[in-house]
Amino acid sequence: MIELDWDWDFTWEVLPDLLNAAQITLLATLLGSLLAIGVGLALSLLRRSPSRWISWPVYWVVEFVRSTPLLVQIFFLYYVMPEFGVSLSPMTTGVLALGAHYGAYLSEVFRSGIDGVEKGQWEAARALNLSQFITYRDIVLPQALRAMIPATGNYIIAMFKETPQLSAITLLEMLQTAKILGSENFRYLEPFTLVGLLYLAFSIVAALGVHQIERRFPKEGFSLR
Amino acid sequence: MTSPIIEFQNVKKQFGELALFENFNFSVEEGEIVSIIGSSGSGKSTLLRILMTLEDIDGGVVRVKGEPLWHMSKGDRLVPADKKHLRKMRNHMGMVFQHFNLFPHMTARRNITEAPMRVKGKSRQEAEREAMDLLALVGLQDKADSYPAQLSGGQKQRVGIARALAMRPEILLLDEITSALDPELVDEVLDVIRNLAKEHSFTMLLVTHEMYFAREISDRVCFFDQGRILEEGPPDKIFVAPEKERTQAFLNAFISA
Repeated sequence: MIELDWDWDFTWEVLPDLLNAAQITLLATLLGSLLAIGVGLALSLLRRSPSRWISWPVYWVVEFVRSTPLLVQIFFLYYVMPEFGVSLSPMTTGVLALGAHYGAYLSEVFRSGIDGVEKGQWEAARALNLSQFITYRDIVLPQALRAMIPATGNYIIAMFKETPQLSAITLLEMLQTAKILGSENFRYLEPFTLVGLLYLAFSIVAALGVHQIERRFPKEGFSLR
Repeated sequence: MTSPIIEFQNVKKQFGELALFENFNFSVEEGEIVSIIGSSGSGKSTLLRILMTLEDIDGGVVRVKGEPLWHMSKGDRLVPADKKHLRKMRNHMGMVFQHFNLFPHMTARRNITEAPMRVKGKSRQEAEREAMDLLALVGLQDKADSYPAQLSGGQKQRVGIARALAMRPEILLLDEITSALDPELVDEVLDVIRNLAKEHSFTMLLVTHEMYFAREISDRVCFFDQGRILEEGPPDKIFVAPEKERTQAFLNAFISA
């Protein structure tokens, strides 16, 4: 039988470094999510444009981003863009890549959420002469939001679990930090196990959070008094 | 003689291959109350939806207050209307829907104030004061803070009427407004319309299956059949002595139902 040789002293030694690195991971996820939500919303609205000159290019951009690996996009931004004079820090690159990649996925979530709002709501808005902007802001999005929450939450959690890919462009997030700590000390068991546990803990908390938001969200949408 | 407030001239409307209206002509005088009856699929609701700009037309001209609805004048020819023109024309009309289409995430009051605030730029205070007056008009002052889900079908529809009135339309389009209601709730909604007809000078166009109500309230009744007005006239003529067989058969089916 293999004996597990767990070193508690080493565990406590590396934990603070890993928690620091977790902040980088969480920051990349947070900023990436905010960007992805913005990008996703913009793409979903452009995709609904009555003009094919707008909706078709947007369709192909979304398909392109969804059909190419995140790592390729990260490398492209980090290694190719400098050739065009655009040099970005690993963190900025990471946030942009995560935001664009997941923005493409979220645009489909938002699109189906918007499509789920009853036709009669659009018609009532038009009969009342509400502008397109007000119709989306006051009528459609508040009602579509609830349907969007679960899938959006899942994608953000998926994004969080993809952040180790940013280690490939030297961002000192959790996994990269664990790898360095391991190679410096010739012990990988504790750092990698801790990284796994931290990911698990954050994912569970996030999933519970999403579930709570969904549960407490009024069925009809954001209430406007 | 004044020109009609609503005028359909040789209007064509197709749904895919199927032509619903072909050379359709129809007009309504200002202040007139016109009921449209007929079997489903005969084009009754489409007529209202074209007026509310929810359906476009494939030919001909629709005029509202003398101005083309789906077109605008450019020199001496008519070109398809742009968004700005449609928005201007929509101000003449208000619509009440069969399925209410209230905004479920807004209180009754907010359903009514939304358009006056966002479209007419009224202050919240002013819009709310007017909304309370309208809620009083439909007998629902005490439901201002209720959400649609907390209201009965009849109450929802009364809010729907108040919401349409808030934009001060000259033409009120009522699309089967009692069809989705339980029978015992129909009267409370019709009472509101009765009062409106009595005390205000709206032009009203109503698509309805409530024959007694249509007879009581209308100046004119139009019987629609397959995208045509088969017969029209004062309610007493249409309901008591219809000339066409189709009209008789349709009305008999209602009486025996």
